[in-house]
Amino acid sequence: MADDMDRVFKALADASRRRLLDLLHAEEGQTLGALAARLDMTRQAVSQHLAVLEAANLVATVRLGREKLHYLNPVPINEVHARWIAKFERPRLDALAALKRRLEGEQDG
Amino acid sequence: MAEQTPKHTPRHTYVYVTYIVSTPEKVWAALTDAEISASYWQRENVSDWKVGSEWQHRLPGKAPDVIGKVLESDPPRRLVTTWEVPSDRGNPDTTNRCVFDIEDQGGKVKLTVTHSDLGDKALKDVSGGWPAVLANLKTLLETGRTMPDAFSGLGAHPRG
Repeated sequence: MADDMDRVFKALADASRRRLLDLLHAEEGQTLGALAARLDMTRQAVSQHLAVLEAANLVATVRLGREKLHYLNPVPINEVHARWIAKFERPRLDALAALKRRLEGEQDG
Repeated sequence: MAEQTPKHTPRHTYVYVTYIVSTPEKVWAALTDAEISASYWQRENVSDWKVGSEWQHRLPGKAPDVIGKVLESDPPRRLVTTWEVPSDRGNPDTTNRCVFDIEDQGGKVKLTVTHSDLGDKALKDVSGGWPAVLANLKTLLETGRTMPDAFSGLGAHPRG
């Protein structure tokens, strides 16, 4: 599990790779050629970045005939969210729920 | 009914991949057993999972939120279903398609969910839900427990 998380953070620790994820978020199912054109990078460089993202499971690929389509896979980012964000949100959500109960209680009374 | 792809609305595809330390049989059961699916997905998946049969996705004992047809069923490897809105049944604009591919990788399972033919609204509903559903499924199969806060702050569950 720790290795999986390491791969996610290492994959995200690069501006070009984050840009690739942004491009796949904006438009899913892009080919290597389309991504290379948008990033103004060589196909080879983009291919290497995509391999790192795929190894981290941040990009999923689907073969369609001769083409390989790339999709942003948000599942590992959800794990980062659960690990680092959701638990810190909890007290705030509880506080909001308590406030809502109190205000609604006042309205009833 | 012939499958058709309407051209006038943009259609989207989402692909989700998760690796689970489990067996294909257990992953298949988790997707198709009403009681197990309700435990990590809030809603139960109900069908006999035979090609041509209907399936339902519903809060236990309630009217379904999603209904559809089983298009392919190859336990424990591949399940293809349509997703439709019960009140808008048969409308190709709101019908989409979900494929579960379950691949044994020796000690772990690669589960790929390909949800395609999504309209803009369905895309929004689906995108918030699948990561939470899959995280909870993974937790259930790997630890025997679900996450109490799996769906807090993450919006809706996947639906048509």
